[in-house]
Amino acid sequence: MTLDDLPVSESAMVTAIGGSRALRLRLMEMGLVRGTRIDKLRVAPLGDPVELRVRSGRLSVRRHEARAIEVAQ
Amino acid sequence: MSRIVLAGNPNTGKSTLFNRLTGGSAKVGNYPGITVSPYEGKLALASGAATLVDLPGTYSLTARSLEEQLAGDVIDGRGDHPQPDLVVLCADATNLVRNLYLLLQVQELGRNVIVALTMLDEAGGSAPDAIALRAALGCRVLPVNPRTGAGVDALKAAIDQAVNQSSSEPLWRFEPSADLQTALADMQEATRYSRGAALWALLSVGDDELVGISDEGRAVAARVADRFDDEVVEGRYRWLDDNIAPLIDQENGEEIHASTDRLDRVLLHPVLGFGVFLALMTVLFQGLFTWSDPFINIIESGFGWLAGTILSVTGPTLLGSFLADGLIGGVGSVLVFLPQIMLLFLLLSLMEDTGYMARVAYLMDRVMKPLGLHGRAFVPMLSGFACAVPAIMATRTMERKRDRFLTMMIIPLMTCSARLPVYTLIIAALFPAGRVFGIFPTRGLMMTGMYLFSVVIALIAGFVMSRTLLPAPPSPLVLELPPYRLPRPVDVWRQTWRGTQHFLKDAGGIILLAAIVMWGALTFPRIDPGEVVGLGDEAVAAAQLEQSVAGRMGHAIEPIIRPVGWDWKIGVGMIGAFAAREVFISTLGEVYALGSEVDEADVTLREHMKAEVKADGKPVWSPLVGLSVMVFIALGAQCTSTLAVLKRETKTWRWPVFLFVWMTTLAYVASLIVYQGGRALGFG
Repeated sequence: MTLDDLPVSESAMVTAIGGSRALRLRLMEMGLVRGTRIDKLRVAPLGDPVELRVRSGRLSVRRHEARAIEVAQ
Repeated sequence: MSRIVLAGNPNTGKSTLFNRLTGGSAKVGNYPGITVSPYEGKLALASGAATLVDLPGTYSLTARSLEEQLAGDVIDGRGDHPQPDLVVLCADATNLVRNLYLLLQVQELGRNVIVALTMLDEAGGSAPDAIALRAALGCRVLPVNPRTGAGVDALKAAIDQAVNQSSSEPLWRFEPSADLQTALADMQEATRYSRGAALWALLSVGDDELVGISDEGRAVAARVADRFDDEVVEGRYRWLDDNIAPLIDQENGEEIHASTDRLDRVLLHPVLGFGVFLALMTVLFQGLFTWSDPFINIIESGFGWLAGTILSVTGPTLLGSFLADGLIGGVGSVLVFLPQIMLLFLLLSLMEDTGYMARVAYLMDRVMKPLGLHGRAFVPMLSGFACAVPAIMATRTMERKRDRFLTMMIIPLMTCSARLPVYTLIIAALFPAGRVFGIFPTRGLMMTGMYLFSVVIALIAGFVMSRTLLPAPPSPLVLELPPYRLPRPVDVWRQTWRGTQHFLKDAGGIILLAAIVMWGALTFPRIDPGEVVGLGDEAVAAAQLEQSVAGRMGHAIEPIIRPVGWDWKIGVGMIGAFAAREVFISTLGEVYALGSEVDEADVTLREHMKAEVKADGKPVWSPLVGLSVMVFIALGAQCTSTLAVLKRETKTWRWPVFLFVWMTTLAYVASLIVYQGGRALGFG
């Protein structure tokens, strides 16, 4: 499943990252490489973007980008 | 003189550290091509003075845009940049693995580097041991607290020592595969780059706007494409996860974010969070509108008094007029922006330094998305409703050049405070006070209508431009939400003052020049005193204005402005309004021989407007003409200060010229449609 399908307040492991080259590099360089554990913390009030816990930081990505991130629980 | 570069992720306390190290002696460095230049300061070391370059905060050296390329070029000494003697990397101890990703890139380039470890107080029990960290990283690690200044002297001493060392060997934390080795060798041959720089190029080049890459290098990058992206990034992170992560107490680590999480539960709450956000934005907007007002009044009356004093000494001579209306008036028209600019920069730095600006971007992203913009565009756009000049400067908080430029093109369409007096005058003079459906006051509705009109046009313009002129290349939003932190007042003040300095130095001169040119257009050529014998002061001024370049232009453009329903006098007012919209009123007052002291609340001016008749006896100012004037004021690029600050921020005349042409064309066409359409429908 993708990160977009992951329910809020659940945790999962990144298994693959798709999307454009710019997106993939940006996500990976911010620490979202394969094998990284992420928690989906919340969704913004207007439904987009979503907030994640990645390593020790908080990152926010759009749902469109979240669909490019494959995760497994 | 030694050259030291300060690099690091955003939100690491880097700017505060820069201020600590340089004592706030920063000036803007000269970096061609990019719109926001880094600061350079003097760093006093025991062995002599050094230059400290404050790079914009960055997560990685990998680049797609010119702005991103700067960090790599400065650190590696590529292009026109001299090679630095030392890189000081500011790393946040609460998010160490991601912060040190940047360090690995610097070490791959073979730069001499020192790590300044910040936020140790926040990291508390999870903080890594500096000695163990030093052993793992192979470079000196110095704990500092930029806020209190603790450790800064030791850092300076370490910098002093390290600067005089010969540069270190490149350190690679992963073993490149055979394929990558071949690609690196090809890239090095094609570009004459070092091995580290060749690796940078393999990841950066492709669908980019980077400069200085040879065609041969581009060919290698195109052949390789994204083949090694995973290997390189995962290789770096694998090393960090294996060697750095074990030094951090993960259990303790989550404690750091506890207070931030508690705050976010309120500030990002679907209902509460939006309530707080709307309240804060109301404060920001109200502040720009009303708090700055007393200061604006002080500046205006101060310069008014000065001009009056000069005129009373010189008498009504040309010199007096130049000094009072041209020079003093011009300086006043620059300084009058200061209250709003300083207030906006103050609020922006507060929001940025506390970490709330990232939350604004998070909350408003969905709203800005149709324009291909990030949530960060929201605050500058909102500020545009007060004044376009500080709002355009506020776009500096946006990372991407294309996003900045698009936002800067939309902001001038927002109903700024300079349009309000013109609307007030016209609505009060030409539209009867009354109520629609017995409840809504007509005049209030018209004012609201003008606001809505500007928003709708701005959104349509933004939508069209984002798909034509400034197409959005896919730019993902990967936004960090940093922990909330209490900013230091001195840092907030420095940022405010720097923004103000930029405005005064770069835009101030152009605004002053424009004011003097405008004065000249309204003053020359001089009228023959013999022609106006026996007339009162106001009548002389009116005759002088008609005689002037601006007056003649008003007559000359009659064929163009007749189709939108204006006579030459309105035309002169509109020409005056190209200096600034509110000047329409004083110029109109002068043309109507009422003197230039009139304002929008002046009953004489309103009565005079109603009494003005055309040759056929019909009133000049029909409600339809009023509407056509308001539409033009709403859409025209009638503000030299906006154009000046746009030139300053984009560093080219192209954008201000484009804005002027397209907004003025739009304004004319819209006024034409309103007036001719209204007539066809039987109004006016």
